[in-house]
Amino acid sequence: MTQSISITITVNEKEYKREVEPRLLLSDFLRHELGLTGTHVGCEHGVCGACTILLEGESVRACLLFAVQADGHQITTVEGLAKDKDDLHPLQQSFWDAHGLQCGYCTPGILMTLIPFLKQNPNPTEDDIRHALSGNLCRCTGYQHIVDAVRLAAERLR
Amino acid sequence: MKPAPFEYHAPDSLEQALGLMNEYAGEAKILAGGQSLVPAMNFRIVQPGVLIDLNRVQELSYIRQEGNVMRVGAMARERDLEFDSAIADRTPLLAEAMPFIAHPQIRNRGTIGGSLVNADPAAELPVLMLALSARLKAKSASGERWIDAQDFFAGMFTTALAPDEILVEIELPFMAPRTGWSFMEVAPRAGDYALMGVAALVTFDENGKCQTAKLVYLNAGDGPVDAKEAAGMLAGEMLNDTSIESAAAVASEKEITPFGNVHTSPEFQRHLANVLTGKALKQAIQRAGERP
Repeated sequence: MTQSISITITVNEKEYKREVEPRLLLSDFLRHELGLTGTHVGCEHGVCGACTILLEGESVRACLLFAVQADGHQITTVEGLAKDKDDLHPLQQSFWDAHGLQCGYCTPGILMTLIPFLKQNPNPTEDDIRHALSGNLCRCTGYQHIVDAVRLAAERLR
Repeated sequence: MKPAPFEYHAPDSLEQALGLMNEYAGEAKILAGGQSLVPAMNFRIVQPGVLIDLNRVQELSYIRQEGNVMRVGAMARERDLEFDSAIADRTPLLAEAMPFIAHPQIRNRGTIGGSLVNADPAAELPVLMLALSARLKAKSASGERWIDAQDFFAGMFTTALAPDEILVEIELPFMAPRTGWSFMEVAPRAGDYALMGVAALVTFDENGKCQTAKLVYLNAGDGPVDAKEAAGMLAGEMLNDTSIESAAAVASEKEITPFGNVHTSPEFQRHLANVLTGKALKQAIQRAGERP
């Protein structure tokens, strides 16, 4: 017997109602049920950070939450950052300008980690930035251009 | 990767949760922050038949002072402990160690109770509970009891909790006057599991003699390791480099039993324990002088 639970979740300010199995991970809910494939799935055990989203404004791993746990909550995914493709969030624009990505697989998770980080640390040192990025794995860049992008973004957002 | 199917309950009161634990004892797992349980479920290492989610039980998410103790609800998030001013003031050892626990994204969800019940020998919180002489309150449908931290951890990923019990509160005595503290660990990268770590506390009397000391280690055995002999060597002494080195040697060579892993040999862990103990004790001694 499969349990089915009715949930209502607000994602990027839009309300969604769905029936889900309790074991459905929030990362899979966002991608498969809502078609929001910007949230990437890497390791699926909380290590790589690719699936990082905002739950009530705080960065969390979407692969370590069940969709049913987000019932009644507000979520922001990477799709919620830019108004449209020609009007990127300053953080996204900084990644573009400073070459802060190569393959881009880790980028959504990194952006969603940095949104609250830069709110709490508007003037971060390089050390702060590297520490903030420690929960997100990038296999392409060697991180240097990501750090540059975060510095640029911090400057623009101040 | 998908967890095996389970029956899901999300009670909104502790009473309901205790009723469910009573009903499904042995079959049910508590879902707290989920930062260790959900990965294990994703890998299907753990396949609970019933999951009781405590995230809607508001009454377990508090941090407050009462008399000479901090009372922390088991569902208080690690990130809240990290930034709590009373914790920083009353139990600064705990505040100092919080940022070493994984990453902010994990601490935003992870709870103190969840980490303690998970009882991972490489985790920081069990070590801190022993160092701070915490008491843990367990509740079941039929009653409640207090368990000293040193009796709570019963081996690798094992605690003294009965199948129908829920850890509900952690009681932390304020750190005494003239007490210095230090938490140090060595990890390959920030946020990774530490190869070795130590929590050190030293309390001095009015004449500058060490009254009591505590040295507790992570990843050094099948639970948090309380190096009582080494700490006992410091009590009653005027501390100097020689007494620090002797205590570090006893703790690292005799009292801990590290297993090694893919990143380290047991010998290297013992070496780290020795070096970290010396550094941590020196920092703790210095801080004790700054905290009359």
